Amino acid sequence: MHEMSLAQNILDIARQELQARGCTRLTGVHLRCGALAGVEVSSLRFGFEVLLQGTPDETACLEIEEVPLRLRCGACGAEFGGEGRLALWEPCPFCGEQLGHEVLQGKELNIVAIEGT
Amino acid sequence: MQIPVVRNVLEANEKMAAQVRERLRGILTLNLISSPGAGKTSLLERTLRDLAGEFRMAVIEGDLQTDNDARRVAATGAQAVQINTDGGCHLDSNMISTALDALDLSQVDILFIENVGNLVCPVEFDCGEDAKVALLSVTEGDDKPEKYPLLFNLARAMILNKVDLLPHVDFDMARARAFATRLNKELAVFEVSCRNGEGLEGWYDWLRRMRADKARG
Ligand SMILES: Nc1nc2c(ncn2[C@@H]2O[C@H](COP(=O)(O)OP(=O)(O)O)[C@@H](O)[C@H]2O)c(=O)[nH]1
Ligand SMILES: [Mg+2]
Ligand SMILES: [Zn+2]
Repeated sequence: MHEMSLAQNILDIARQELQARGCTRLTGVHLRCGALAGVEVSSLRFGFEVLLQGTPDETACLEIEEVPLRLRCGACGAEFGGEGRLALWEPCPFCGEQLGHEVLQGKELNIVAIEGT
Repeated sequence: MQIPVVRNVLEANEKMAAQVRERLRGILTLNLISSPGAGKTSLLERTLRDLAGEFRMAVIEGDLQTDNDARRVAATGAQAVQINTDGGCHLDSNMISTALDALDLSQVDILFIENVGNLVCPVEFDCGEDAKVALLSVTEGDDKPEKYPLLFNLARAMILNKVDLLPHVDFDMARARAFATRLNKELAVFEVSCRNGEGLEGWYDWLRRMRADKARG
């Protein structure tokens, strides 16, 4: 699916950052991936491996930190979540509301560190 | 060496989407997203014919391989341009930017983007639209909003198509609606049939309102 183009974006960004610092080899990328980001982690890993196969960066590792949803209640405004598996319509632990929660965390798909030599 | 950075994996797409949005200033742009066969092209054929006297409309058609859909919508007299993604599962802002070169934008009030049939990937890629419109047909499961929450959370409207088939399928309209609106309390929901035209007037009114809001800036 779209994980191949995400993997390509990740490599483009990583190489750009490495180059800017005079590094030539990529050894790792750390990613933060929100629960709602729509990313199939295994496909992303697969895409990353395929793109690096046969290149000098073949052994670079991809570390993925999965970020759980954190929500602001649509009724009382309380913030909750931040751990475990949560649905977007999770009942608010304070007032029970299920509607209209705002997503505070969990949509992001960010590179947070790059390793190279 | 470890380099700490914070960079959005989708930043290249989002930058280009901002440029597309700038080019489309004043044109209401809607990104239609559904599974294959839910009825995006059928909805466009109806809309383009029924509102031809009111708005100047254009369509960007995303398709894996063929240009059938572009020919179907062009038959209504609207400007249409085809993007073949050649197996790619979504449109991105770069493709939209290229497609715009083939349209005369000075002659367009509403631009529709028919995305590639898929409920996951297109949601991630901003195409420079004003709003996403999710389509769901009653021949699919009524649990789609539960399974694909991000689309229904981000969409501004949901079209439940093929209601003419409701007597023959076991689709719980209330369940689909309840879940979708639970994900998004601002979601406008339209139950329609592109086969017999039922319910389309509500969708057209929504388009008129969206278009008027856009024109007001
Ligand atoms: N019964 C019925 N069939 C429909 C309706 N809308 C579309 N279809 C049929 O569903 C099939 C797929 O429609 P199409 O517009 O090509 O779907 P798309 O892949 O989302 O663009 C076609 O055979 C249409 O004739 C509807 O409201 N009722
Ligand atoms: Mg189609
Ligand atoms: Zn609450």
